[in-house]
Amino acid sequence: MSVNLDAAPGAVRTSGPAPRRKDRGLSRVGALFVSPYVLFIVVVFAVPLVYTVWISFHRFYFTAPGTKIDSPWVGLSNYRDVFTDPVVGQAFLNILIFLVINVPLTVGLSLVLATALNAKIRGRSFFRAAFYVPYVTASVALVAVWQFLFGSDGFVNHLLGSHAPDPSWLVNSHLAMPMIAVFVTWKQLGFFVMLYLASLQNVGKELYEASAMDGAGRVRQFFSVTVPGVRPATTLVVIYAIITGANLFSEPYLLTGGGGPDHSSTSPVLLMYQKGIEQGHPDFAAALGVVLVAFVMIVSLAARKLTERGD
Amino acid sequence: MSATTSRPARRFRAGGAVRYVLLSLGAVAFLFPFYYMIVGSLRGTTVGDLSAAVPSGLTGDNYAAVNSAISLGRSLLNSGIMTIGVLICTLVFGVLAGYALAQLRFRGKGAVFAALLLVQMIPFQLLTLPLYVLVVRDYGLGDNYLGMILPFAINSTAVFLFRQFFAQMPQSLFEAARIDGASELRILWRIALPMARPAVLTALLLTFIGPWNEFLWPFLVTKNADMQPLAVSLASFLSNLQGTVANPAGALLAGACVLAFPAVVLFLLFQRHFTSTDIDSGVKG
Repeated sequence: MSVNLDAAPGAVRTSGPAPRRKDRGLSRVGALFVSPYVLFIVVVFAVPLVYTVWISFHRFYFTAPGTKIDSPWVGLSNYRDVFTDPVVGQAFLNILIFLVINVPLTVGLSLVLATALNAKIRGRSFFRAAFYVPYVTASVALVAVWQFLFGSDGFVNHLLGSHAPDPSWLVNSHLAMPMIAVFVTWKQLGFFVMLYLASLQNVGKELYEASAMDGAGRVRQFFSVTVPGVRPATTLVVIYAIITGANLFSEPYLLTGGGGPDHSSTSPVLLMYQKGIEQGHPDFAAALGVVLVAFVMIVSLAARKLTERGD
Repeated sequence: MSATTSRPARRFRAGGAVRYVLLSLGAVAFLFPFYYMIVGSLRGTTVGDLSAAVPSGLTGDNYAAVNSAISLGRSLLNSGIMTIGVLICTLVFGVLAGYALAQLRFRGKGAVFAALLLVQMIPFQLLTLPLYVLVVRDYGLGDNYLGMILPFAINSTAVFLFRQFFAQMPQSLFEAARIDGASELRILWRIALPMARPAVLTALLLTFIGPWNEFLWPFLVTKNADMQPLAVSLASFLSNLQGTVANPAGALLAGACVLAFPAVVLFLLFQRHFTSTDIDSGVKG
């Protein structure tokens, strides 16, 4: 969940060469201390990454442990299947819908709440805790409540009476994906409120005073001082949202019953699960995974360029 | 906000009111679903209408019902084993790695640190398919605690937090101990770790919510209901076991309460250690 390389405090200080020491044994201790973690990264990240790419170029079948069967090289055939499958296109489109709703909502709401929280006020720790509780709670538990709140016969529809959407929220092909985006926004907002709260500490107080002298009102100050001041945090929110979008699984699987009406809330990871494990085409799923990594990188780079462009 | 001090008092009060209205609206939006979850889990018949928000005719039947459908105790035990396994690995190996990255000099240190940052950027779910093939098919670790723990064993965000914390400690302290002939392990255990207690608490809390709340990976690895952690068994209750109990919505919400409770309680207990600065350094990398 982290991205901002250059902002890491102390990164410069310790990752450069440390002062020379006579005792060469020390360096062996360091390598020894770090070796379990390196082994972990190799086993859990490097090997699976390389393996995915390998699988994506072969015809691959699941086998029982210990059995060997051939996995012939098939070139780009799996990728051709991925690109010609309309559901894949739909899944990526769904991620874009997710981002279009999630990013502005997250940035707007968390920035407003963080600004409101950024003062010595009564009940500050209560509000902080309240905002953070959904973030620490399991998606599965929260999905259960949301299903109950937004079901056809749920609390929200009872409130709305005849204004309730038909078909209801979670089974409506126009609303299923937006519902997921709103759910994720709600669940993770507390995290970003805290992030912006930390970022607000770095916005110079004199900027507020100067703008007040120039006659700027509260709203004007918010847009001219606060919003540009927390830009690095905003970049982080956007990149985090992209990673979340790329990771979506439990919400479409559980909240909208396995990807929603007519795949309207299918996500790429859900599709990887359905194609790879349910339908037994791990090679297709691996190619889809590689495409997804490329997608994440391209969208992140583009987003970074966009949010970091000068004022 | 400091700007308010230079403004007329009336303006200040109006600003304060807006602030409270905003924060209170936020708090209601965040907490209402939890309130609804608890009340719904305690009602004899749980229906979706407005009356469901009013506590009346409270009963513990739903907890008994969900317990009979998915054996809560067993699921909680599985969640606990998985989470504690991850916590122990992160604490032991993560502290060692964090200390080495912060205070020791060794070959390939830059590469390890770069890998640490990179790992946090890779969407983990992307790796689930090849990991599934490796762990379940090749190593035969399906329905096995080791297989459940493996992908989360050392939490990289926690390693990063440890490293940041150890890096802030004065080098001279460690040099002095080294001159006195203390081994690195002893320095870490006796000097660095006690000073890093707040970071350790934050890192453990951050680490806890991962495996405790995780759904996809244990869902893939465990087919045997006796091995499933609570998030997985509750999800299977949600998708196909609801017909087996008298008040399915209530039972589901009761299960949701049990799943939510430990993480929320731990968070509230350790809240004051969990400051915004920690989160800031936790996500920067």
